[in-house]
Amino acid sequence: MKRREFLKGAAAAAGAATIAKPAIAQSTTEVTFFYPVAVGGPITKLIDTMAADFEKENPNIKIKPIYAGTYQETILKLITAHKSGTPPVTSVALSTDMFTLIDEDAIVPFDEMISSDDDKTWLKSFFPAFMENSQTEGKTWGAPFQRSTVVLYWNKDLFKEAGLDPDKAPQNWAEQLAFAQKLTKRDTSGNTTQWGIQVPSTGFPYWLFQGFSTQAGAILMNQQGNRTFFDKPEVAEALAYWVDLSRKHKVHPPGIVDWGTTPKDFFEKKTAMMWTTTGNLTNVRKNAPFPFGVAMLPAGKRRGSPTGGGNFYLSKKATKAQQQAAFKFARWATSPERAAQWCLDTGYIAVRKDAFDTPALKKYVADFPQAAVARDQLEFAVAELSTHENQRVTKALNDGLQAALTGTKEPAPAMKESQAEAERILARYR
Amino acid sequence: MRRFTATVHGWLLLLPAMAFLALFTHWPALATLIDSFYSTPRARRRAVFIGFDNYHQLLNDPILWQALTNNLWFALGTIPVSIGLAILMAVWVNDRIAGRTLVRMAYFTPTVLPMIAVANIWLFFYTPQYGLLAQVLAPFGIASQNWLGSKDTALICVTIVAIWKEAGFFMIFYLAALQQIPPSLGEAASLEGASRWYFFRRVQFPLLMPTTLFVLVNAVINAFRTVDHIIVMTRGGPDNATSLLLFRIYELGFNFWDTGLASAMTVLLLVGLALVAFAQYAFLERRIHYR
Repeated sequence: MKRREFLKGAAAAAGAATIAKPAIAQSTTEVTFFYPVAVGGPITKLIDTMAADFEKENPNIKIKPIYAGTYQETILKLITAHKSGTPPVTSVALSTDMFTLIDEDAIVPFDEMISSDDDKTWLKSFFPAFMENSQTEGKTWGAPFQRSTVVLYWNKDLFKEAGLDPDKAPQNWAEQLAFAQKLTKRDTSGNTTQWGIQVPSTGFPYWLFQGFSTQAGAILMNQQGNRTFFDKPEVAEALAYWVDLSRKHKVHPPGIVDWGTTPKDFFEKKTAMMWTTTGNLTNVRKNAPFPFGVAMLPAGKRRGSPTGGGNFYLSKKATKAQQQAAFKFARWATSPERAAQWCLDTGYIAVRKDAFDTPALKKYVADFPQAAVARDQLEFAVAELSTHENQRVTKALNDGLQAALTGTKEPAPAMKESQAEAERILARYR
Repeated sequence: MRRFTATVHGWLLLLPAMAFLALFTHWPALATLIDSFYSTPRARRRAVFIGFDNYHQLLNDPILWQALTNNLWFALGTIPVSIGLAILMAVWVNDRIAGRTLVRMAYFTPTVLPMIAVANIWLFFYTPQYGLLAQVLAPFGIASQNWLGSKDTALICVTIVAIWKEAGFFMIFYLAALQQIPPSLGEAASLEGASRWYFFRRVQFPLLMPTTLFVLVNAVINAFRTVDHIIVMTRGGPDNATSLLLFRIYELGFNFWDTGLASAMTVLLLVGLALVAFAQYAFLERRIHYR
């Protein structure tokens, strides 16, 4: 008992030291804000400006952004801070961390903050696809802020070289395979010099796999986040398609493909098509030395892609006044104009439909139509895999996927094992 | 009386360091041991005493056994090779060769770099097709390999990174030790007509044994302690092929938030390392010549 209190005291002291609180005048509310980016990048400047702009309009609220590193590091710091008693008032973390944060009793639903009709309209203004990862138990726990989907990028020069129409992306699985076959080049000794397609599989292979599984007509988990369906035949079928691209048809690099180097492979013309996040759009636009296209992922039985990215959360341990202030900030940051600006600056999808009617975004899309692809794909998007004990369950799936991709297991048994492990973990949440 | 004041004085001088050592080393170690017998506290369920349940669950976890096997191979790969390389490099740069300082510095550079940076550099070495390795091998007709993406090669790849990083560090210790060896021994040996190899085997190497023990203990600890490059390069994948014990602890503790299980595994690792260190001292101490 004593031990715990001692720990609490030590942690609180440490917390107080890092988040030094100046004497707060009675009328100002201070809102600490965890944002998932490494200190010093260009994005920190955007966030700093955002906070300053908000403070100008709301002089009695002070926003203190704290840059918390990657998404992984942010959730780690967030939960540690919550356990030690001084969490940030609001934070942007992965939408899939919702169940983890609920289980830690760390967040309050936005519904508690809603008072006016205006607030209600705001809550309904987001693209429905983004809300799937933000709501459970009939409540809204996260407000979409920087969200993405998986899209297909293709190199128009290489398409021309291979005798394909450079302005037409593959529309379905069969075309994707046929195009990739035409785009794969081998030298005289049989070594591949250029791959047809590349789908990365390090770190979070489940996210890209959800593209395939959704297209095959499978849904991976229920809305309550306590049941997964990895052993459905459609899931194995989707995995078999991915595995066959490399093992059978040899149009996709063998083994595990690195997430981080995939865009570089694309720039270096080592692959003619790649699947990656819309968040890479600005990167590709700046660095691809050739004309490129962006398309929705090809359809299997249907089109499909998971959503991804970060939501605003409100801390349960903050005071009512702080929560209200943070709510105001989140609402302001997701207003149509702000959402449009964020989309322009970063390449993330603006989280609400009316943002695309703003003059700024209309002009951007007119100049650079690729930017609209991700928005149009939202119609077919599904929630990203998210369950209780999320990290553990996704690891069960990731291990199975990597085992199949490296050829140590066949797709169907690999998925059966992943399902058995997920069952074991989730059984007590029903 | 004076003696008593001196004692108090001494303890007072030790106190700040002791306090920090206790707060940041001894206390967490003890707390970890206690936590390992409790279930993981969740928001709505307090931690309860569960005895050896955590340990039981660990021993039934196939990933733990895989991490252990991986770690043993990793240790077997890094320890002898990096020590051997360190001795070789030290003997080489101890001689009067042209550009000696430059070579010494070059060997030591990997040690100065942070492991995270090293891992990122090597990530691009290993990249298929246009990575350094692929480009060097291509003229010899060796096809591009997906080094980190295959279960057969990933562990070897991360082992090589660790060797590259560590050998230079150990070299410094050997270099310092070699310079302590009186030059008269070398002169005597050459008068007697001993070969270079004979001199090394019979004179230099035995005199280096105290350093070897020190380096060996460090190498063993490092083999179970370095995981930065795993996090950067493979995250334990593909399919746990590069999951090492400490990486698994990190995963359990800070990805899954299962602090009870992570504590139990930490205790197992600590006990294991302590046993190895004791064994090293017990067996090797007797065979070492200290001057």
